[in-house]
Amino acid sequence: MNVAIVGIGIHPFGRHPGVSGLAQGAYAARQALADAGIGWADVECAFGGSMAAGNADTLVSDLGLTGLPFVNVHNGCATGGSALAMADRAIRSGDHDLVMAMGFDKHPPGAFNADPEESGLGRWYGETGLMLTTQFFGMKIQRYMHEYGISAATLAKVAAKAFRNGARNPHAWRRQPLTEEEIANSAMVSHPLTKYMFCSPGEGGIALVLCRADQARRYTSRPVYLSAVSLRTRRFGSFEVFSPWLAPSPSGGRGGPSTDAARAAFETAGLGPKDVDVLQLQDTESGAEIMHMAETGFCKDGEQEALIRDGATEIGGPMPVNTDGGCLANGEPIGASGLRQVYESVLQLRGAAGDRQVPGQPKVAFTHVYGAPGISSCAVLTR
Amino acid sequence: MTLSEGKTVPVAEGLFSWPDRPRLIGGTCAACGTTTFPAQQSCPSCTGTELRAGPLAETGRLWTWTIQGFEPKPPYAADGPFAPYGVGYVELATEDGSGSVLVESRLTEADPARLEIGAPMRLTFIPLRRDPAGATVMTFAFEPAEQAAEQAAGQIGEAS
Repeated sequence: MNVAIVGIGIHPFGRHPGVSGLAQGAYAARQALADAGIGWADVECAFGGSMAAGNADTLVSDLGLTGLPFVNVHNGCATGGSALAMADRAIRSGDHDLVMAMGFDKHPPGAFNADPEESGLGRWYGETGLMLTTQFFGMKIQRYMHEYGISAATLAKVAAKAFRNGARNPHAWRRQPLTEEEIANSAMVSHPLTKYMFCSPGEGGIALVLCRADQARRYTSRPVYLSAVSLRTRRFGSFEVFSPWLAPSPSGGRGGPSTDAARAAFETAGLGPKDVDVLQLQDTESGAEIMHMAETGFCKDGEQEALIRDGATEIGGPMPVNTDGGCLANGEPIGASGLRQVYESVLQLRGAAGDRQVPGQPKVAFTHVYGAPGISSCAVLTR
Repeated sequence: MTLSEGKTVPVAEGLFSWPDRPRLIGGTCAACGTTTFPAQQSCPSCTGTELRAGPLAETGRLWTWTIQGFEPKPPYAADGPFAPYGVGYVELATEDGSGSVLVESRLTEADPARLEIGAPMRLTFIPLRRDPAGATVMTFAFEPAEQAAEQAAGQIGEAS
């Protein structure tokens, strides 16, 4: 039983004072239902969640008390990816024909202040100022630049591309292009990463309607097929966020969850990186996008310097990355981020991405989310 | 301030020996030799449950680093005013040489020009805050080994 995505909905990302995360989730859900041409009562089963904005299943009191099974997902940065994977399995197993996956969030301004004890760490780790995701990203790219010759100029190029793409995306938060100089010269947050090289915690919501592939044309003339969706946690020896220690000489990301999740998704789909026409990679900061290009198999370590210099990752290039502006331009509402990548992929495969449409009628899309505490979810989509 | 002024207490039990012969305490797996920090009861590499706690070396090499440029939100708990601080991973052997581990740590140096991957680093201890009883809460940190040598030679005044 194959799976298709036949409805997509988004609540714009950014800051929305007075609008709860749940309300943003409900908005996205209604958009997705309308896109599929169905009502809430048609949805047989739902999976969804947020990191910090409440339980998705309470939305039934807003959307309608139809009695459907609705499972809350609370799985860190892979919350959206996990909801998608579970929705996929609910259809593949034959249990359900029409399922919703959704994610939303609403975070206060500023860096995340994670609770060490919730991550199985001693309180000292937070008290002494070590429990910041920003530090991890700074240290991982610092080592990677040292090992593979990536320049600071390339970090700025990645962010400049994100804001350029964001400017073409009506749902993005940051829609003002910035020059590489403005990015490089902004405040140093966590060396070598400056303020404009980091995404900010934000708000937003995404919902997707999935169905049995053989029924997809009941709902849309442009179905997009979910060829594979994978989820992996870290293995021993990888370099992960919130690690008081590491095994000696782990290489930046090898054996990490992104590598494993990408490989699993490609194996299931029967496709490889060379088949992909458009990709969305977790870009919590510009270094992450660079490293994730290699971790997910799209290039070898160190090749990013030349690829980015030559424009390979631009919308008109051979491997367009983060065509909607990624986390850098959209911000990171954790529960919604992974599903935003899928939303963008569906638009691109439908040929409906407007000013940011990848030319040449893309056929295969790839998405990758990564986050605390060393978790990744990847998907391969086709049309 | 020096350690002899007033009472000092470690930020958490089990991280390092204190106050005599202060050393970080790691745990080494009897089955596969993996070393963890802090010491833990099970081995995340081979799933073994026989780990022996022991001191880590005082010196090692800087594996990677960054500078924390803004004041963290709670549970960060240090007396102000905030000043940017270095953070890094330092590769340390166990004192008996049976294992090694990359330990994440505060660095005393916050100037990017004075931090270099591969540079030798030395264990030290820094005050975080006063606890309600008036004792100074201490945590571990690493400093560039050259600076440590300068201080030992009484040349601190010339360094700035």
